Amino acid sequence: MSDVSLVVNGRKVSGSVEDRTLLVHFLRENLGLTGTHVGCDTSQCGACVVHVDGKAVKSCTMLAVQASGSEVVTIEGLANGAELHPVQAAFKEHHGLQCGFCTPGMIMAATDMIRRHPEGLDEATVRAELEGNICRCTGYHNIVKAVLAASKTMAKSKGKAKAKAA
Amino acid sequence: MGIEGIGARVARKEDRRLITGAGRYVDDMVVPGMKHAAFVRSPHAHAEIKKIDVRKAKAMPGVIDVLLGKELKTDGIGNLICGWMIHSKDGTPMKMGAWSPLAVDRVRYVGDAVAIVVADTKGQARDAAEAVEITYKELKSVSEAVDALKKGAPQIHPEADGNLIYDWEIGDAKATDAAIAKAAHVTKMHIVNNRLVPNAMEPRAALGHYDKAEDHYTCWTTSQNPHVARLVMSAFYNVAPENKLRVIAPDVGGGFGSKIYIYPEEIVCLWASKKTGVPVKWVADRTESFLTDAHGRDHVTEVQMAFDKDNKITGLKVDTIANLGAYMSLFSSAVPTYLYATLLSGQYNIPAIHANVRTVYTNTAPVDAYRGAGRPEATYLLERTIETAARELGVSPAELRRTNFITQFPHQTPVIMNYDAGDYAASLDAAMKAADWDGFAARKAEAAKRGKLRGIGMSNYIEACGIAPSAAVGSLGAGVGLWESAEVRVNAVGTIEVLTGSHSHGQGHETTFAQLVNERFGVPLDSVSIVHGDTDKVQMGMGTYGSRSGAVGMSAIFKALDKVESKAKKIAAHLMEADEGDIVIENGELKVAGTDKKVPWFQMALAAYTAHNLPAGMEPGLKETAFYDPSNFTFPAGCYICEVEVDPETGVTEIVQFVAADDFGNIMNPMIVEGQVHGGIAQGIGQALLEGTSYDDAGQLLTASFMDYTMPRADDLPSFVVSTSNTPCPGNPLGIKGCGEAGAIGSPPAVMNAITDAIGTNDLTMPASPQKVWAAVRAAKKH
Amino acid sequence: MYAVTYHRAASVADATKLAKGKDAKYLSGGMTLIPAMKTRLAAPSDLIDLGHIADLKGIKVSGKTVTIGAGTTHSEVANNAKLKSVCPALTDLAGHIGDPHVRHKGTIGGSIANNDPAADYPAAMLALDATIVTNKREIAAAKFFKGLFETALKEGEIVTGVTFTAPEKAGYEKFRNPASRYAMTGVFVAKSKDGVRAAVTGAGDNGVFRSKEVEAALSKSFAASALEGVKVPSKNLMGDLHATPDYRANLVVVMAKRAVAKAG
Repeated sequence: MSDVSLVVNGRKVSGSVEDRTLLVHFLRENLGLTGTHVGCDTSQCGACVVHVDGKAVKSCTMLAVQASGSEVVTIEGLANGAELHPVQAAFKEHHGLQCGFCTPGMIMAATDMIRRHPEGLDEATVRAELEGNICRCTGYHNIVKAVLAASKTMAKSKGKAKAKAA
Repeated sequence: MGIEGIGARVARKEDRRLITGAGRYVDDMVVPGMKHAAFVRSPHAHAEIKKIDVRKAKAMPGVIDVLLGKELKTDGIGNLICGWMIHSKDGTPMKMGAWSPLAVDRVRYVGDAVAIVVADTKGQARDAAEAVEITYKELKSVSEAVDALKKGAPQIHPEADGNLIYDWEIGDAKATDAAIAKAAHVTKMHIVNNRLVPNAMEPRAALGHYDKAEDHYTCWTTSQNPHVARLVMSAFYNVAPENKLRVIAPDVGGGFGSKIYIYPEEIVCLWASKKTGVPVKWVADRTESFLTDAHGRDHVTEVQMAFDKDNKITGLKVDTIANLGAYMSLFSSAVPTYLYATLLSGQYNIPAIHANVRTVYTNTAPVDAYRGAGRPEATYLLERTIETAARELGVSPAELRRTNFITQFPHQTPVIMNYDAGDYAASLDAAMKAADWDGFAARKAEAAKRGKLRGIGMSNYIEACGIAPSAAVGSLGAGVGLWESAEVRVNAVGTIEVLTGSHSHGQGHETTFAQLVNERFGVPLDSVSIVHGDTDKVQMGMGTYGSRSGAVGMSAIFKALDKVESKAKKIAAHLMEADEGDIVIENGELKVAGTDKKVPWFQMALAAYTAHNLPAGMEPGLKETAFYDPSNFTFPAGCYICEVEVDPETGVTEIVQFVAADDFGNIMNPMIVEGQVHGGIAQGIGQALLEGTSYDDAGQLLTASFMDYTMPRADDLPSFVVSTSNTPCPGNPLGIKGCGEAGAIGSPPAVMNAITDAIGTNDLTMPASPQKVWAAVRAAKKH
Repeated sequence: MYAVTYHRAASVADATKLAKGKDAKYLSGGMTLIPAMKTRLAAPSDLIDLGHIADLKGIKVSGKTVTIGAGTTHSEVANNAKLKSVCPALTDLAGHIGDPHVRHKGTIGGSIANNDPAADYPAAMLALDATIVTNKREIAAAKFFKGLFETALKEGEIVTGVTFTAPEKAGYEKFRNPASRYAMTGVFVAKSKDGVRAAVTGAGDNGVFRSKEVEAALSKSFAASALEGVKVPSKNLMGDLHATPDYRANLVVVMAKRAVAKAG
């Protein structure tokens, strides 16, 4: 057993877990944050993607104790209160989800992708960058649409913020 | 149409919880005292169980109990059943082998459950599962259906001699043979429909809870049809009587057919909960899903299509061997018969059809309905064969199809189906236009300059949804009725709850069903709640599969709304002292036509519940129920066109364009319908290009994880060009046909027709992996 | 996953001390090790986490000499501007390992020490004639990669970094396994003043290897056209569900061509 301390969605949390506990299980079982899902055993489906220290990682391929000391953001921590994150809003608007199981990982991956591409995104890039996230419902068509739309919205609001600051 | 009514592109109500991580799937459920289960599974494809020693496992840390099939039998738990009786052509009933939820003396496929371990944690349960010592005597196994029929093949069930489950036929053999004998041209094909693993992203899971105080069971399960699960678990598996068993299917992460069936795990978890006195949760890992979820397809077929001198099809002869795996899953027998051979007329006027189907046991996972279920197999063989015929006859594939289209409705096919409505040429025209069919030659030439082989292919599918009426399917062997139920509760404040027997696991019922209510009463979507997936809340219903929730599920709601409307109008008429016939409902108000008299919806509802001023003799309240049994199947149809570029150096196929033109009848929410088509096409492209299930000679599943089984990813697919035309279905009050499976049915032959067009050889099976296409290109060059 | 005891190492020396006398494994990004443990294929008693050792991270480029710390992630390698200016083939390779999430965690040292026959880095190391630096010694790549998941590393030895001289030209192209997306055949070609080296990953039945045939053709002319008609024997190539040895032999040549084209 080891002690794990994290900041999850802005809150300090801690717990004592078996060393073999994966980060995703710590989030789901110890913290009750069941929005992060497990869809495979081989680190491929991406249903478990969360942000650790600002970067998208697969929480099924990291021990909780390995992450100790880090800051974690999960799907539950993305919206600002009642206000959806632009990526969440775009998934809803463009019907980027059906059963919703891959969706938290998709949204966390998309958010990270948009962060890494301040220059903007095109369809080919979005499809290539979704390599680590599998969806069985949507055929990705509307997911790609949603990510592109969110990327544009976020660039615009960033532009506006900059203009304001100037 | 209003902004939230029928035909509106409304964003989904269910999305908010799903995009914020608040969705609740079975694995998210926690019950006080809950413990975790792991199943001990057979590592062998075929073996006798000689001895099971659980002593070591029981002594492991955290272990509560280890339970075996023998104990399960002692407690009277029944065998799993197949719910659709098929008779062989000699009149004998299908040969169903026994399937015990936990194997007792023999295992028949890798993954067959032998024991359940219940422990404090998942890790401990797995540790102990490994410590269960089982002595097996390995037996010879067989994986391929064709091999299982051969003399000397290992006998899998004592009930099914030579592994043959049934030898069934449909149509007129004599007339078909005569047509072939007289034909000006016969196209012959050997068609393999590859075995697929459904792979809903949420693995199957079950949480069984026995409440000693109430002597009552609750089962949370990943089900597409919780009521059917309850019925079957009560009536056949003797888990508990229906009134003592509650089945809840909360948010379910995709099904595609694989979550229709009642599997051993939910039965065993419920039973184990009573045995151990603790709630027992089991969640499959992905490899368990690969090993034990019902697989799909797996047909091998010989086809002969006969043409007269005018290129009219005169006969179709089909001989199919279908692999049903080690046990007969719940609807497995119906898939290669009534869901398959009845669609063999396709969109074409074929005077004589005969199909013979043999189903076979093998030492592989059970095979049952997977998105499309039988209809993709029928469409694939028809559309590959007619395309090949066009090439052999030297006519354009579009023209050959057009020559043979059914144009008069209703149309009785030689294989049971009576098509009610359709306009196949309209879909073909729409698709060819959207695909710029005429510009293809120029695109091909341009691609050739880049060293790429470009090809184009089409597929014209028809399918049958909303299987019904119940009496008809009953006469064909179905063990259940295929109606649907609905209850509409108007609350005293005017908000509305719709309780439906349909189950949404991605289809967006919470939105589309509410749109139907909005259309009728003008109440905002926010004041309508759709309740489903809980047998304690919702009266008996049949669930969601076979693209039936629109045509059947919503029609049931429609019928219940009729009754609500009628009573609401009576109340309003009474309140306004008007004639019931003059009441119209608009924008949430009940108005007296031609006057300015009106009562808001909520006021009428309140009146129904205060009951202070109701028409004489009227019961208080406003709640109505309907059970709807359709009069016929619905027949969605369409045309898909796929354009590909093959890299001859690597064999990689890129789908450069995919066009779908569908006729789904009336549409409730085009955004959701398009989403269904996108997803279906992706699965169809997956079957054609990527997905193949492979067992080795010893019956080990080689494709048991995403490391080896190729799931379609975002960069494997293009964006799709979809459109719909509309010949409303005359068989249900909404004119809806169903859209859930079309994409998976129509797309595989379009892809394969395109690739074979590109590389100039027909000798290619699905999945057309880079390796296979590369080899085919090389072989074609040599000839 | 079987039970395991986790240790977080503060330094390389600390790591070796922690590992002593145990059936321990070093954990870097964990992108291969943790999945192997999850499926119970790997079962170390102890994990020594190298992920928090600052000394193991970072990329240094001085002139043509490149040094990359073992703990540097694929994403950090992919996005290093200095490295890109001297050896864009390597940043390109790193930017296509796994998926974005894997690249955030996986490290060059972990990949090299694991020597998965379908990993990308071993091909680059071999073609770049890189030196693998450990806490004990320096090993030439040609001597480091021994076979499937086998390296020259001795018990307790830790890869601390790699170093190489940037080539005149280099390129990497891989054909992904359609399912796993690992390299089913990947070829790294590099031209330096000492000649041309072409290393193949994902294809050999004994791990990464240099292709004589490809090197011979490219030594004459470092151009894709030089590889027209070149045949690579399929003997000693892997065969599996997704690719026969023959198909892989073809892919070696095709990927080599495309790698050369990328090298410019």
